[in-house]
Amino acid sequence: MIYHYPVLQVIIPLLGAPLCLFIRVPRLVGFFAVLVSSLSFLISCGLRQQVHLYGTIVYELGGWAAPWGIEYRIDQLNSYLLLLVSGISTIVLIAAQTSIKKELPENRHIFFYTSYLLCLTGLLGILATGDAFNVFVFLEISALSSYTMIALGTDRRALTASYQYLVMGTIGATFIIIGVGLMYMMTGTLNMYDLAQRLPEVYKSKTVLCAFGFFIVGVCLKLALFPLHLWLPNAYAFAPSIATAFLAATSTKVAVYLLIRYIFSVFGIDFVTTSLPLHDIFLVLGLIGIFATSISAIYQRNIKRIFAYSSVAQIGYMILGLAIGTELGLTATLLHLFNHALMKGTLFLAIGAVVYRIGSSQLNHFAGLGKKMPLTMAAIVAGGLSLIGVPLTVGFVSKWYLIVALLDKGWWPVAVLVLISSLLAVIYVWRVIEWIYFSQPRIILDDVREAPMSQLIPIWLLVLANLYFGVDTRLTVGVSKLAAQSLFGVTP
Amino acid sequence: MQLSPELMLLMTILVPALAVIGILATSHSPNLREGITLTASVILIYLVSSLYSIIKGGGTVILLSPDLFPGSALNFEIEPLGMIFSLVASYLWLVTTVYSIGYMRGHHEKNQTRFYACFAIAISSVMGIAYAGNLFTLFIFYEVLTLSTYPLVTHAGTEKAKHGGRVYLGILLTTSILFLLLAVIGTWYTAGTLDFKPGGVFDKSTSHVITGTLLVLFIFGIGKAAIMPFHRWLPAAMVAPTPVSALLHAVAVVKAGVFTVLKVCMYIFGLDLLKVLPTTDILLYLAAATVIIASLVAMRQDNLKARLAYSTISQLGYITIGALLATEAGILGGAMHIGMHAFGKITLFFCAGAIMVASHKTEISQMRGLGRQMPITMIAFFIGSLSIIGLPPAGGTWSKWYLIIGAVDSEKWLIMIVLMMSSLLNIAYLLPIPIRAFLVSDESEQKGEVTIKEAPVLSLLALSVTAFGCIVLFFYPQPLFELASAFLEAAGTHYGG
Repeated sequence: MIYHYPVLQVIIPLLGAPLCLFIRVPRLVGFFAVLVSSLSFLISCGLRQQVHLYGTIVYELGGWAAPWGIEYRIDQLNSYLLLLVSGISTIVLIAAQTSIKKELPENRHIFFYTSYLLCLTGLLGILATGDAFNVFVFLEISALSSYTMIALGTDRRALTASYQYLVMGTIGATFIIIGVGLMYMMTGTLNMYDLAQRLPEVYKSKTVLCAFGFFIVGVCLKLALFPLHLWLPNAYAFAPSIATAFLAATSTKVAVYLLIRYIFSVFGIDFVTTSLPLHDIFLVLGLIGIFATSISAIYQRNIKRIFAYSSVAQIGYMILGLAIGTELGLTATLLHLFNHALMKGTLFLAIGAVVYRIGSSQLNHFAGLGKKMPLTMAAIVAGGLSLIGVPLTVGFVSKWYLIVALLDKGWWPVAVLVLISSLLAVIYVWRVIEWIYFSQPRIILDDVREAPMSQLIPIWLLVLANLYFGVDTRLTVGVSKLAAQSLFGVTP
Repeated sequence: MQLSPELMLLMTILVPALAVIGILATSHSPNLREGITLTASVILIYLVSSLYSIIKGGGTVILLSPDLFPGSALNFEIEPLGMIFSLVASYLWLVTTVYSIGYMRGHHEKNQTRFYACFAIAISSVMGIAYAGNLFTLFIFYEVLTLSTYPLVTHAGTEKAKHGGRVYLGILLTTSILFLLLAVIGTWYTAGTLDFKPGGVFDKSTSHVITGTLLVLFIFGIGKAAIMPFHRWLPAAMVAPTPVSALLHAVAVVKAGVFTVLKVCMYIFGLDLLKVLPTTDILLYLAAATVIIASLVAMRQDNLKARLAYSTISQLGYITIGALLATEAGILGGAMHIGMHAFGKITLFFCAGAIMVASHKTEISQMRGLGRQMPITMIAFFIGSLSIIGLPPAGGTWSKWYLIIGAVDSEKWLIMIVLMMSSLLNIAYLLPIPIRAFLVSDESEQKGEVTIKEAPVLSLLALSVTAFGCIVLFFYPQPLFELASAFLEAAGTHYGG
């Protein structure tokens, strides 16, 4: 049984999704989705344990040996992210039970849970697989299901947002498949491990360079690197709150994983640094992205959009970590990957709880909620402080490691810029806090109560995770370090 | 029941934090809520006093946490300077709570539960700062203090309060994130440790360019010490209710700033390194300029609280000067001034609040003849002013004495002149207030009979206690002096040799 864990991880939600359609009872479907997602989570716990004990796990799908068959490879890096994605997904689904009931008409519940589980399948699949083409398949599964989830939003603008995402996402996916195709043409293999072995022979060819270029642009579209982020704010703002919480916490992270995986495990860091000035490009785009989108966040009126822009800015920090090109930099990126998922999960779930109660995510409608929904608002404050990087939160840990990595590289002006940019986070977070606590209500709040327990518990689980991993960094830093070391060491 | 010293140390931080839960839970019953605050502050005084007797007996208390954060953990260690700070803060918390009960009720303030809760968090973080065993721990509680006092500043919820809060948070967070955090990480990267060590942490071979830059980053980064040009937050924070201004902006927050400056100078840089760094002198003269300019600005303020705020900026400059003079006497004077100034300034703020509650006057020009209405308040104000100026029979005399000796020791005559000049300026902006209150009579009220109309009795009690404290500290400064000398010894040097 343990032997099959790598694939079960993906198969369970994949089978769960169509089963949702058979169950047909909206109340049960939600419960079923939680069950499926928590099973995945338990399996990823098991996998993490296995990797911790025995190192990389290789699983051959259907018994076909690689490079002919599809291979799943679980190592330090993806076992850690599998845990994150399935964990967040489960927590978000618990909150979904009440939130979805309110936000979506009943006849759409089943579709929502189906596409949610499919999306989860896609994300877990991308993480687990060791096959370049398989990545593309899962990427499309997750992307198509997220378009659906976003389009389910009740606001009519959700449709255009979803369409915009669809267009951009498809361009991204096409670029990725072109990249994969060119690689296949040059090497005759699709297995990542095999690719890493065979690519060095053809490093000089323009085709490989081309493949790399297509691939990078495609992935950067998916992970919403500035200036390819335009699809993201609308998609996050108009999707059902639960979908936003899930996508914001996991989907871009998985794309960042893909980038790291291809740079380090497929093309190899030597090729990447010699063939293209990739580090410089990442440095410039990362920095501009951080500033441009943080400033945009300051001027938003919808709280979901504020944090959507902030997400793009946070991606900038991760890319900056990659741009440093050292083990410390990569550690900082991986750490922020995990930490940012916790922050954004908290924030978007809490916003979801507000939408559940007042039906709006306009910033000025938050006025006076500090008294009406104290626990939810405290969670927003905690998530916001974490975003700023206040000590005792995960944001501080991320910032600390990023600055240390920058100083180690000797890039102190960049370190100063990063610190300045966190002041921009202070501004947009504080705008929210001022509205919540120090403004007169704009709408009638008489019958507004605290969020229901089923939402408060997941929200506060994430808040506590934000605080816990902000103090005890042994797990997160330890695993990030190990993963970074293994990526910089021998290619798996 | 005898608690172990380590547990007592932990309790000093936990007791105010736990009080927050009690305060929030009893928000429906003000008497119970204030009862919890009072109980917590009494327990805190007991704990701090017991710890003091251990430290006085030459003991040390260290509390180490597991290494959760690579390289630096949450560690606590009591050393004499932290003892001074925690003693002052815990005693004055009790006094301020007594005062606040009178003030907040007399003034019919809203959101009192939030007020007491944030107050308690602030005190908890002050204890964390005072007993921090390394720079990392100190930084964490330093930030918590900033954030927990923000709701106190914006307490009124008006546009003006929000604006004040923005300036407050803006400057304090900007300096701490931009400079202090960079300095802390830079120190960690350069020295490989953030522990406080006697004589400093830097290797002799470390380039003076790096350490000199770090010093600049530290001094500017510790925005709570209000060195110009990062002083604007203090006057902005005066929109807060007066008890907040009193405890937090005359005692806890600003003292956390200068306390950090002293700690960093002594335990991160060390006197020997400070003496040779090229940037020390520049910062020293900047602090001197802050002292003089803030005093000059204070003279022009008609609003009493604004005047006191600028006076605080100037007095904080004294302590920074004491640290940067890098002489034993200077450090001694700076350390003592933390306690002396605290008692003097809190008295003055209490008086300002009492005047506001009793007679609704905020401007100094309205306070002519007020001495007849509020004799006790005005006498207390007079005593507090003496302490700030540094005249007998008030405690401020001693700290200023050592500061001047420190300037003489290092042969920095300009600094000595600045200190003297500033004392004169202090006289000019503080003493006229009580003098006019007693000697000049208000024309409009001359006809009618003057009745005594003092502030609520609890507030009056509090301000009398602190005024009395100023005098006691003149006749009995030994505990403070001993702790300050012990601080020098702990840092590997001593005064008088």
